[in-house]
Amino acid sequence: MRGLKESPWIIHYDASSCNGCDIETLACLTPLFDVERLGVVNTGNPKHADIFLVTGAVNEQSRSVICNIWDQMPEPKVAIAVGACASSGGIFRDCYNIHGGVDSIIPVDIYVPGCAARPEAIIDGVVKALELLVERQRKLREIRDSPTAIQTTAPQGSV
Amino acid sequence: MLIVLTLVLVPCLAGLILLFLRSDFLRRIVVSVTVLGVCAVTISLAFQPMPLNDAGFQWHRHDLHWLMILGEIGIGLYVLYIGAVRRNILAVALGLAQGVVIGAFEFVIATNVHGTQPVYVDKLSVLMALINGIVGGGICVYALGYMRDYVETHRDVADRRPLFFALLFVFMGAMFGLVFANNLLWLLFFWEITTLCSFLLIGYTQTEEAKRNAMTALVMNLAGGLAFSLAIVWFYLETGSVELQALITSKHGLALLPAALLCFAGMTKSAQYPFSRWLLGAMVAPTPVSALLHSSTMVKAGVYLVLRMAPVVTGTAVGVLVAVIGGLTFLVASLAAITTPEAKKVLAYSTIANLGLVVLCGGVGTHAAVWAGALLIVFHAVSKCLLFLCVGVVEHHLHSRDIEAMSGLIQRLPHVALMMLIGMAGMFLAPFGMLISKWAALRAVVDTYPALSFFIVFGGAATLFFWTKWMGKLVEGSHPQTAVAREVSLDESIALYALTGATFLACALFPLISSKLIEPYIAGVYGQTAFLGEGNNIILGIMMTVVMLFPLSLALHRRSARIVEPYLGGANAAEHGAFLGMGGHVEEVTIHNYYLHTIFSEAWLARWGAWASAALLAALLAKAWL
Amino acid sequence: MNAWMRVVLYIVAAPLIGGLLGGWDRRISARMQSRRGPPIMQPFYDVLKLLQKENLAVQPLQNYYIVFYLALMIFTGALFFGGSDLLLVVFALTTAAIFFALAAYKVGSPYSFIGAERELIQMMAYEPMIILTAIGMYMATKTFYVHEIAGRSDMPALALPGVFLGFVYMLTIKFRKSPFDLSSSHHAHQELVRGITTEFSGRTLAMIEIAHWYETVFLMGWVYLFFAASPALGIAMALLVYGFVILVDNVFARLKWQTALASAWLVTATLGFGNILILSAWR
Repeated sequence: MRGLKESPWIIHYDASSCNGCDIETLACLTPLFDVERLGVVNTGNPKHADIFLVTGAVNEQSRSVICNIWDQMPEPKVAIAVGACASSGGIFRDCYNIHGGVDSIIPVDIYVPGCAARPEAIIDGVVKALELLVERQRKLREIRDSPTAIQTTAPQGSV
Repeated sequence: MLIVLTLVLVPCLAGLILLFLRSDFLRRIVVSVTVLGVCAVTISLAFQPMPLNDAGFQWHRHDLHWLMILGEIGIGLYVLYIGAVRRNILAVALGLAQGVVIGAFEFVIATNVHGTQPVYVDKLSVLMALINGIVGGGICVYALGYMRDYVETHRDVADRRPLFFALLFVFMGAMFGLVFANNLLWLLFFWEITTLCSFLLIGYTQTEEAKRNAMTALVMNLAGGLAFSLAIVWFYLETGSVELQALITSKHGLALLPAALLCFAGMTKSAQYPFSRWLLGAMVAPTPVSALLHSSTMVKAGVYLVLRMAPVVTGTAVGVLVAVIGGLTFLVASLAAITTPEAKKVLAYSTIANLGLVVLCGGVGTHAAVWAGALLIVFHAVSKCLLFLCVGVVEHHLHSRDIEAMSGLIQRLPHVALMMLIGMAGMFLAPFGMLISKWAALRAVVDTYPALSFFIVFGGAATLFFWTKWMGKLVEGSHPQTAVAREVSLDESIALYALTGATFLACALFPLISSKLIEPYIAGVYGQTAFLGEGNNIILGIMMTVVMLFPLSLALHRRSARIVEPYLGGANAAEHGAFLGMGGHVEEVTIHNYYLHTIFSEAWLARWGAWASAALLAALLAKAWL
Repeated sequence: MNAWMRVVLYIVAAPLIGGLLGGWDRRISARMQSRRGPPIMQPFYDVLKLLQKENLAVQPLQNYYIVFYLALMIFTGALFFGGSDLLLVVFALTTAAIFFALAAYKVGSPYSFIGAERELIQMMAYEPMIILTAIGMYMATKTFYVHEIAGRSDMPALALPGVFLGFVYMLTIKFRKSPFDLSSSHHAHQELVRGITTEFSGRTLAMIEIAHWYETVFLMGWVYLFFAASPALGIAMALLVYGFVILVDNVFARLKWQTALASAWLVTATLGFGNILILSAWR
């Protein structure tokens, strides 16, 4: 079914970035690059988002936040690490406060290299993520509809 | 006739018996039997042909009359005594003035008013009687369970339950007398009894605040009583009659000033501005008092009188002024209700506002307006009573009247919270009754004085705000709570479930209520009647079905959603409803409703509302005089 | 065309029209910002995507309220296009909106709570005017019924210029556009993260979106009603008003809710109520 590829909504999180990659990410929204052509919306709300775009390396404060946001996102979802720091820790890799890239916390699907990553590269990464989203959706359906799947129901609540 | 006599005297008798009963078990029996009997008789009254004349009532009228005068003197002396003891000049002055007026009238001016028909029962009386009997009866039953808890939690208040229940029933009897009376002197007598009951019940806890508020109520109602007395005297001097029906059907010029004075009296009893302070102060009394006297029945007596006056004041400047005062009250009280987080105060303001709407309908006075007003009375009595009783139960569990303390009540007291939600929906939401009545009032207003819609639309928007934010507070799920094991006692639950059922029945059966009770009255007085239209009734029915599907099909809802944390900027702490603040410190999420204090100040609204209304009242009386 | 056909047509076609209007809205806004903007069909892609997403909730029953929001919104529009009493339509709209606000209250998270509170303030702001619009139409045409107003040969707008302007002012609030997109903001903008819709996702968010489409078409229908005597003019005015609202959205920044409430009530009291007063004096 259509929709997943045509309407990728992004939540953009700055782990400990110097803001270089963030500025380039936001530049994608400007008239020069205009990612809204592709249906991309920068929603700041994990529950509305399909793509988790992280910049910067992971430090102590951002560890729990990244997990928290990733958990609040509905499936299917993909994670994109934008920039060298998010991919592997970048030049801050050996610092005492840095755990490493985003993939040390959550499974990352797309790595966008660069310092700072260029808007064209970021857009390219998002487009690649769209394919992954569709693939993931297909796999989820398979698992859900398979005869051995475990059905879960939510706990009881009140009006 | 016999039924009227029964309905007036039996509750009074029961009250007298209850005065001497200290055993709670016996009290339960007396209360339940009386309530059942009264309900049965009232319902049977509804099926009799109207209007009832009082053939067979010729005898004993003379004696009853002197009994009444004795009672009036007794009340007057008691008022003077209270005023003297509490050093309240106004009470003494008003009591004295009224005593002088009525005394002069009885002994000097009108020494032979025996040729009158003292009782007149029509459909409107029956409607009021049904409310008094059924809703009032339900409250009395509720009070059994409530006062049992009250006595335990309020050990600093003396246990004066015999007096409490006695007063409730005496009041009920007086209300019956009030709505059936045609002789204005008798009406005044029952009116004053209700004032006295209100005074004694507000002061039940005997704290300084209660005594003060009881005095305020007494003084304001005495002012109304004085106006009432003057109206009687004036009307007699003009026409030689003291009959209510004679006043309603007499020619304009003769009846306008008495009607204006009676509207004044009705406005004091119904706490319109500038007399609203006493109703707000009356909330210190135990909840059954607030429910019975100060929302469902006694204050309805005031608007009942205004509605009776509607045919007289319709189309006159006096009527317009009455309507404007009512509309202004509706607007100001609705805005004021936004500003307070105290539950009973919100209910009190809402009561004042809805009574203002009925007064507006009475002032407009056309057949459509009075139809709307009668509907408003019915629906408001039922819904507001339900809300007060629920708030009483909630107060016992939470030990607080603060709305903010009721967060997530639907988890803690599920049944009571659900009934509160139904009551609140019944106050302002389509397709429930109050909305239908407001709709009817709007339609009546656009056909006569469209400018009055100003009050209704702005006040209505305000009601939407304060009811919904309260409803939201009840369903809020910010912190998990466990349900209380035993929410209500048996007596309380009987009353609550009955009233919830009544809310639904009243909405579902409102075309029946309208056609059997209200429309005949309107047709009798105006020669034509109003209704909402067949198509609209069907649509309302469909809407009601859709809305009721919500609680009813909850069980069917597949809860397949994955439960996640709320969004707190990614800083959710381990427990639900908390987040990591500065320095990793765990902070609780606190949610607090808006009370718009910077925009609407309660004090400012009260002051300006009172002044504006006072000016309008002065204009009203002046215009009626000239 | 009889009433039932109109109702069925509304129920089937309104999401499509509403979605297209939403797509045009984003396209035109983008062009105003020197961008290209998404395809016209984008709102449909958004909803289709949302329907395929996992269903999340903070409170187990929060999504259930939204089902009734959608159902009652469809009911409201169906009442309107079926030709029913205008006041009843307004009251049904209020009930639908209450379910939406209650759903957000149910969640109990700060963002959704403030969004719900602001939603109520917005409702308090526009409710007087839309009731006065219904009353104004009654005074101009002597009837509350939509199909009777639509069937008249004189345009209500001629007698109701103030009411019309007030109504258009309220539409900026009802369409959730700047300067009054206080409780939640749509797509490209954020307000309180997502305000009232913050904790809804997947299927439920899709329902909210569809309910907004139904609401849009209903409101466009009401604008049309002002000019119903001439259908071409009616449709043109509806589209013009929508375009005007988009323009205002792009020109103005968001204002505070205090300003929203005060200005809305001021406009209602002067333009709307003034019009009513003049009409009543005229009679």
